[in-house]
Amino acid sequence: MTTTLEVKVWRGKEDGGFVSYEVPRLESQTVLDVVTHIQRNIDPSLSYRYACRVGMCGSCAMNVNGKARWTCRTHVSKVASHGQLELAPLSNLPVVKDLVSDMTEFFDKWARARGSFQGAKTRHEPFALVEPESAQRRAADAGIECIGCAVCYSSCDVVSWRPDFLGPAALNRAWTLLNDVRDVAGVERVMAVSGDAGCHACHTQGSCTERCPKHLAPTAAIAGLKRLSVTMLKRQK
Amino acid sequence: MSTPLTQVRLWYWGRISSMVLAFCVLVHLAVIIYAVRGGLSGAEVLARTHGNLAFGLFYTVFVLACAVHVPLGLARIVREELGWSERGANLFAALSALLLLVLGLRSVYGVVLA
Repeated sequence: MTTTLEVKVWRGKEDGGFVSYEVPRLESQTVLDVVTHIQRNIDPSLSYRYACRVGMCGSCAMNVNGKARWTCRTHVSKVASHGQLELAPLSNLPVVKDLVSDMTEFFDKWARARGSFQGAKTRHEPFALVEPESAQRRAADAGIECIGCAVCYSSCDVVSWRPDFLGPAALNRAWTLLNDVRDVAGVERVMAVSGDAGCHACHTQGSCTERCPKHLAPTAAIAGLKRLSVTMLKRQK
Repeated sequence: MSTPLTQVRLWYWGRISSMVLAFCVLVHLAVIIYAVRGGLSGAEVLARTHGNLAFGLFYTVFVLACAVHVPLGLARIVREELGWSERGANLFAALSALLLLVLGLRSVYGVVLA
């Protein structure tokens, strides 16, 4: 283990550049610890986001040595074998400042994919009974733990090529809702996620699944959406 | 702009044509290897294919699958890599389909019937 880390950090907006900092190397140090050290001890003007520090809130994601990662649970030992780190804001999103990305478009796409639950029952009706072992609930459970960190969105080449593409997280969210037996907006949701800006634009390259820190598989969710869209197409005939 | 349903239909046809192509390409390669192995000349190949309706039917299906699949892929490429508009990409795809159909079916005609 080296005694110091050479850390290059993106400073400024889209037209900014990398600035080098020397940070003490510590035992069990995370990448978020490194960024926090820079802000608290070297340059207080450095902007970055975090909240929970334990991999729940999804706010601390950034590009670490070229790959999008959640920094609170990424140990330096895993990514900086030669004592060097390069930290940049997430790709495919506008830069607000330094390591802070503008997440507006990312979450707007969740809304465009009809990512909100729509039930038909009221509080006066009995609880819905959902069988945990049913195929639909298992499919929903497989994608439900998304923390909205945008690591998948930042890693997706299709988003880079076609900025209107909804992206893996929004499509994964739509898939979990389509497998929620209480939800009643299925047809509208399939329509919202179909077509050239939706699931059919996905090339199944699998970067989202490879990089997802929660080990979810948006690629599988997108494949499910494609199958569902064809089922719907046949029903329309 | 085409509707999502139209886009799903096109995607579906892309998938179906790819399945047909997977079969056709394997048969096509097997036929080439079989024909070349014995050292057949072009004239000898044509003598065998001429009037062979099964051969003609197979390659007609092959051409039709190509004329569906290739333009869809090309449209995707020009949109993603070159940033073409949907209208431009669709026109390009339609022209590609027409070209493939004409050239492909003319070749089948030449090898089987002419």
